[in-house]
Amino acid sequence: MTELPGLRIRGLRVAFDGFTAVDGVDLDVQPGDLRFLIGPNGAGKTTLVDAVTGLVRATGSVEFGGRQLLGRPVHHIARAGIGRTFQTATVFEELTVLQNLDIAAGAGRGAGTLLRRRRSVPEPVTRALDTIGLAELAERPAGVLAHGQKQWLEIGMLLVQDVRLLLLDEPVAGMSQDERDATGALLRQIAEERTVVVIEHDMAFMRSFARSVSVLHAGRVLSEGTVADVQADPRVQEVYLGHAAAPAPEPREAP
Amino acid sequence: MTIPKLLTHPAAGFGSAALLLFAAAPLLLTDFRLGLLAKYLCIAIVAVGICLAWGRGGLLTLGQGLFFGLGGYAMAMHLKLADAGPGELPDFMVLYGATGELPWWWRPFESPLFALAATVLLPMAVAAVIGTLVFRRRVKGAYFAILSQALAAAFALWLIGRQATTGGTNGLTDIQGFFGYDLNDPVNQRTVYFVIAAALLAVAAGVRQLIHSRYGELLVAVRDSEERVRFLGYDPARVKLVAYVVAAGAAGLAGALFVPAVGIISPALIGIVPSIEFVIGAAVGGRASLVGAILGAIAVMWAKTTLSEEFPGAWTYFQGLLFVVALAFLPGGLASLVRKARERRSAAPDDAEDVPGAGADAAPAPVPASAKKPEGVTA
Repeated sequence: MTELPGLRIRGLRVAFDGFTAVDGVDLDVQPGDLRFLIGPNGAGKTTLVDAVTGLVRATGSVEFGGRQLLGRPVHHIARAGIGRTFQTATVFEELTVLQNLDIAAGAGRGAGTLLRRRRSVPEPVTRALDTIGLAELAERPAGVLAHGQKQWLEIGMLLVQDVRLLLLDEPVAGMSQDERDATGALLRQIAEERTVVVIEHDMAFMRSFARSVSVLHAGRVLSEGTVADVQADPRVQEVYLGHAAAPAPEPREAP
Repeated sequence: MTIPKLLTHPAAGFGSAALLLFAAAPLLLTDFRLGLLAKYLCIAIVAVGICLAWGRGGLLTLGQGLFFGLGGYAMAMHLKLADAGPGELPDFMVLYGATGELPWWWRPFESPLFALAATVLLPMAVAAVIGTLVFRRRVKGAYFAILSQALAAAFALWLIGRQATTGGTNGLTDIQGFFGYDLNDPVNQRTVYFVIAAALLAVAAGVRQLIHSRYGELLVAVRDSEERVRFLGYDPARVKLVAYVVAAGAAGLAGALFVPAVGIISPALIGIVPSIEFVIGAAVGGRASLVGAILGAIAVMWAKTTLSEEFPGAWTYFQGLLFVVALAFLPGGLASLVRKARERRSAAPDDAEDVPGAGADAAPAPVPASAKKPEGVTA
């Protein structure tokens, strides 16, 4: 496999009508990392991901594999190998699981392929169906999937999209413990080949699966390091005041 | 293959439609009624385009009159010039006192090839320009619908304002010949009907292919979650543009064929009210279903003729009511009722096959799919 690109953010700033949601964030995510972004509500985690993926306007610099992303349209950033999920799973409910994945695999398709029927299942789609465990449900409309399955389908769509960097916004929100463990294992497996950034409020999940952690607070990076480093940081403890020594589960951010 | 499956096979559908249109209708209907059917089929061609753009792509094309009119006028201009003979001005221009040259933008329509190509390509080109501007700016929903309608109204007003070169409110009337054939001859009228029926089947087959292609799946994805599609690396504006341009081409062709069938094209046939009429048929029949849209368009046009014969003033109210009822209470149209009935009938044998769950070993154990039934499924 070729060298994985890394994400390099410098002086990132996002302001909405005078309110600065992200206020000068510097962040490096090394290739192959499984990075967790944590922080209290309103810390700017989701806005940071929005800025990287082109959904909101930002100033500063976001480089991925040496290419500047800021100012490019959303679909160009997606084609540069960056994929994301949302807090609420957004799959195409009326299409089948297979169709969802097939569309995710097809951004590079030419007109000739698009205008023809799908005759066979592309190989990456078959692989992703196995990886996310939905092979049996391939012909079901995505709308009938359980909540956790929709989240996995979204992750599967990023896999067939062949993104190099996955930005996942609360992927285990609303999942049962078994589903969380399964998702964590899946993320670990994915991080062997790709770079994964996870926004999460579930501290137990973070402790089990994070390779590195960045704590955001009031639009800035407060602390960064391994799970142990971050937990030992007095500033982090202060932000999560009232939760003794370690950050404890927080109520989920409103979508 | 069981008999019901054979009957629902697309080839069987096209076969029986062809049988009805080419054998049954000409045998059973009087020349007058066949002429009306030809007119309805033109509206059905517009509805096929609307099925793609609105039913599949979520673009409420409330202004198809613009493209219908472009196609219609392109055809009518050529037929008027042909009626007048080489070097002569069309009758209405002489009537308004024109003595000089033909206006420059009329001149290319002397060529039958140019005129024929323009009936489809001109609406498509206009739609491409409008669509590019509108979809880039992410105009959607009701704003798109209102904009479409405003453009149709503006085109109608423009035509009315240029009486000397467009025929104004009267439009282009009294069309006598169709590429050398006399339209007053019932035999030729019948031929026009066959051309229209063939065009409907061809356009329906083309759009059906689009709907079932990967592009068709992508279009539904854009309709349901445009933002998500963008994050997959597609430009939704281009996806929508294709559906919009194809729908415009269908409307243009329909307008062009309407002219020999009815013998007239005028601003009253392409403005706001007709533009809404084009959509109502598709809405009542089922906008996402090709068969539903076609049958809906024909049925609504038939109802219009019948009801206007009985109660001349009431149709407009009835039409408005029909639109509101269809959109509010039956968003999938009549086609959704048929689908539901079919699903209910096939529910029993299907359940046996549906064993949810059981995924690959190494992967997360999938939870059984929730008992929630898919709602509003359209196909």
